[in-house]
Order: sequence, then C-alpha cells, then structure tokens
Amino acid sequence: MLQQTPLYDEHLSLGAKLVDFAGWEMPINYGSQIAEHNAVREHAGVFDVSHMTVVDIRGEGSRDFLRHVLANDIAKADADGKAIYTCMLNTHGGVVDDLIVFHVTGNWYRLVVNAATTEKDMAWLQSQVRDFDASVTRRDDLVIIAAQGPAARELVQQNLGSEFGERAMKLKPFEVAVDGDWTVGRTGYTGEDGFEIALPDHAAVEFWRQLVNSGATPVGLGARDTLRLEGGLNLYGQDMDEDHSPLISGLGWTVAFEPEDRDFVGREALLLERAQGVESKIVGVLLEGRGVLRTGAAVRAVADDQVTDPDADDVPGRITSGSYAPTLGRSIGFARIPANWDAGWVDIGVRGKWQSARVVKTPFVRKGKIRVDIDSKSG
Amino acid sequence: MSERPEDYRYTKTHEWVAPAENGTVKIGITDHAQSSLGDLVFVELPEVGASFNAGDQIAVVESVKAASDIYSPVAGEVARVNDALEDAPEQVNEDPFGEGWLFELKLESADAADSLLGADEYKQVADADD
Repeated sequence: MLQQTPLYDEHLSLGAKLVDFAGWEMPINYGSQIAEHNAVREHAGVFDVSHMTVVDIRGEGSRDFLRHVLANDIAKADADGKAIYTCMLNTHGGVVDDLIVFHVTGNWYRLVVNAATTEKDMAWLQSQVRDFDASVTRRDDLVIIAAQGPAARELVQQNLGSEFGERAMKLKPFEVAVDGDWTVGRTGYTGEDGFEIALPDHAAVEFWRQLVNSGATPVGLGARDTLRLEGGLNLYGQDMDEDHSPLISGLGWTVAFEPEDRDFVGREALLLERAQGVESKIVGVLLEGRGVLRTGAAVRAVADDQVTDPDADDVPGRITSGSYAPTLGRSIGFARIPANWDAGWVDIGVRGKWQSARVVKTPFVRKGKIRVDIDSKSG
Repeated sequence: MSERPEDYRYTKTHEWVAPAENGTVKIGITDHAQSSLGDLVFVELPEVGASFNAGDQIAVVESVKAASDIYSPVAGEVARVNDALEDAPEQVNEDPFGEGWLFELKLESADAADSLLGADEYKQVADADD
C-alpha cells in the first residue's frame, strides 16, 4: 500500500500523473514536465516534497551529537537560524544519506532526510545518539513544500502572514526562520532561489492552494530531477551511496576535516581513502549530439578501442545521473570516471553506439543562466 | 479521456495509421503512447525513399523519460516525413493524431491497414496498459 501525503487530493484535482516513489504515491508531472521545469527557471514552482522526512534533534547534547554523526561541522551553524548541507557517513566512509540541517534555535536542530533512506537513517541516528544527551524525533506530522524560482520567495512571503513573512524575506541563503512548528529555509534543490517550508499537516492544503493561486506552478518529481541535475546537485542512491564516499562523489567540499580533533563517524576511513588516493570522481558531461544520456550508460575514454561494447558490464565509467536538460535543449549528466582521467571529452553509450560528450564544470545552470558553453565542438 | 479517431487503424504497439489518400497513409503514435512517454525531446525519422516491411523498426521517439522504437504498422516506402518535429517534437504531445504525425508511407498494397486494430479494439489494448 503506497503512502499518500496530505496534498494527494490536490495533486489529483490538478491532473497529476502519479508514480510510486520510495513507497509514496507522488506526482511525476501535472501534464508537461518541461513546462514545469521552465516555470521554475522563469518564475516560480511549488513542489510537494512531503515524502521526505523531518527529524528534530533536541536537548543539551544535540550540538555534540551532530558534530559526531555528520561529516560537515554543525559548528559552522552555531548562530541560530543557520543551515548546512552535509553527508551522514557510516564507519567505512560510505554515505548513509545526504541532508540539510537547520539550526532552528538554541538546542533545536531540524534535519530533512530522503524518503527512501528514512527508516535506515532513523535506525542509524538512534544507534548513534545513545551516548549523547539528545533526542531524535521523527516528525511525520509535518509536510514539506518547496517554492523555487526567481519569484518564489515573494509568493511565499505574501502567504505567510506579515511578521513571519518579513523575517523569511530577510533570510540569506542557508538560513532558516521559525514560527511555532513552521520553519522556512532559504534552501532548495533546483539551482534557483527559493524556500523549503516545513509545516503542520493540517495547514498543508490551505498553504499549497495559496501558493498555486498566487501563480506558482505545481511541479512534479520529473522536473525536480532535471532541475537538480542542471543545478549540479547530487541525488542520493545514484550519485553517491554507502559504497561511494563523498570524496569520490563531488562532495569533498562538504566534509569538514578541520578541526582535527572533531572525531566524526567516517573520518578515519576518509583520511585513509584520501591518503591512498581516490580511484574515481564524478564530472559533469554534455552530450554533443542529439539523443539523451541515460542513468547507467557506459563511459569510455575517447575512441578507446579496448572498450568496444557500450552495453558491456565492465566499462571504465558510468553515467550516475543522466537526462535531457530543458534549459540547455541538450542532454547532460554526471559521469563517474577514473580519477586520473583529465581529457576534455569522453565517449558515452547512447542506444548501443558511442557518442561524444564534453566534460564540463557544474552547475550547468544556476539562477536561470546557462553556465556551460553549449556550442563548443570536438575536433 | 484519450481521443481515438474512429476511422484510423491502430497497432498493439500504439502506432496509428490514418485512412489512405492516393495510396499513401500518415502514421503516428497514439495519445495513449505520448502520454505514457511524457514530453518528447527528440524524434528520429526514416529517410524518404526507404522501404520497410510491417513490423520493422522505422523511427525512434525519445522523451525525457525514455527512448521508444516505432514500428512500421504496414509495408511501404517513405513518401514524406514530418520535418517540423526536428525543432518541435512537442507537437507529438500536443496533437498526436494531427500535427504530431511522424511520416507517410506509400502503401505496398492498398488494403494493408485493414487487418490492423479498429478504434474500439485499440481502446481495449490501451486500457489494459494503464
């Protein structure tokens, strides 16, 4: 039996096409995924992301606990209202999950974790919290609505009430405002400005309708994926997982090795991995021709005649996330390749044939602007 | 909800064939097919003049979600392709039975489409798919 969010009936009445996403019946689109994608880049989109889980950490020891269990250092967010993005690692340095931690106020921290990993995350957090004076509480009574796009913050402000709305508008990126059980964070997963709002489930329908009536386009998980990919943002389970550490997944910048005396879970394993030299890395790729890069596609060095079959099991690289990029009108992806490859081009298997793709710096798109040269041609 | 022109013929693989005009037929994919695929982003059409047997892979439509082979519902020679789809593949989503046609075949035999599914028979195929 699939779970439904409190906004399920809203999705149905908006004509959503629903899919099973990590056990949740969620909108993949409301008609056109590309139109939804463009709405976020150009104006504002609203997403029901209530399949993700809010976890509150409270108590005297909450800061010490988070400094232990997270690879980024929550001490960077000691001021009330700050947030950080981080991985939560296992002792082998593999990624249990990636998440945003909001320092709501005082000893109250709020994590937002992925849907597919929620049970595992809860078990891991509970097992790690034992030695700390802190509580880990899953907030299934909250929903999460994201409003993203250049006009999104204003639309949210209009519907928050004047005092809370004003505080929300003053937030800088990666800051959070709180009002009762509501938190508004200036964060997102699209490469655009915007807010992610956690709120009580009984208020969900009214707030959602207000945002839609204010002109925010309802956006499904299909466009969420192409937006985050263009935004150069990793997806847990594809671009990193328990077998792929942050150091080889483009997330080295999220690991705080300093200060040296902070003994976080996974630290030793990552130090060893770093000392031995990493084996692979993730790079952005832009397909030169037509066609669409698909997740799992084979990657080889340009014209490497030792690697002939794009459908073989043993290929040197793989696309970890690939799709069509509506803002670029081209296909893009993340490729996991050997760490020592530094060529500007690779070959990627597209429907049984090798096609040329350029290695590019991510993000592909940021705040509505294309950040890669889409016209450059291979020799 | 899916509209299905009554006078078209259909295949189990969700192609349609319009009634013949001067021995040629327009071919496309059904509303059900475009809806399952989602937004199309590329369409690969056959060469004009090439011949195909019924059941041959003849074109590819690719959406954000997946690529899908199109099979020739009947035998014939490609008379014309819908070039507009190169820049506007979304026409297939917007008007699958009209502006979103893919190509025209000059029929090898005039009654080739007669054995294909009628609109009601195809409805059962599409409904079973949902």
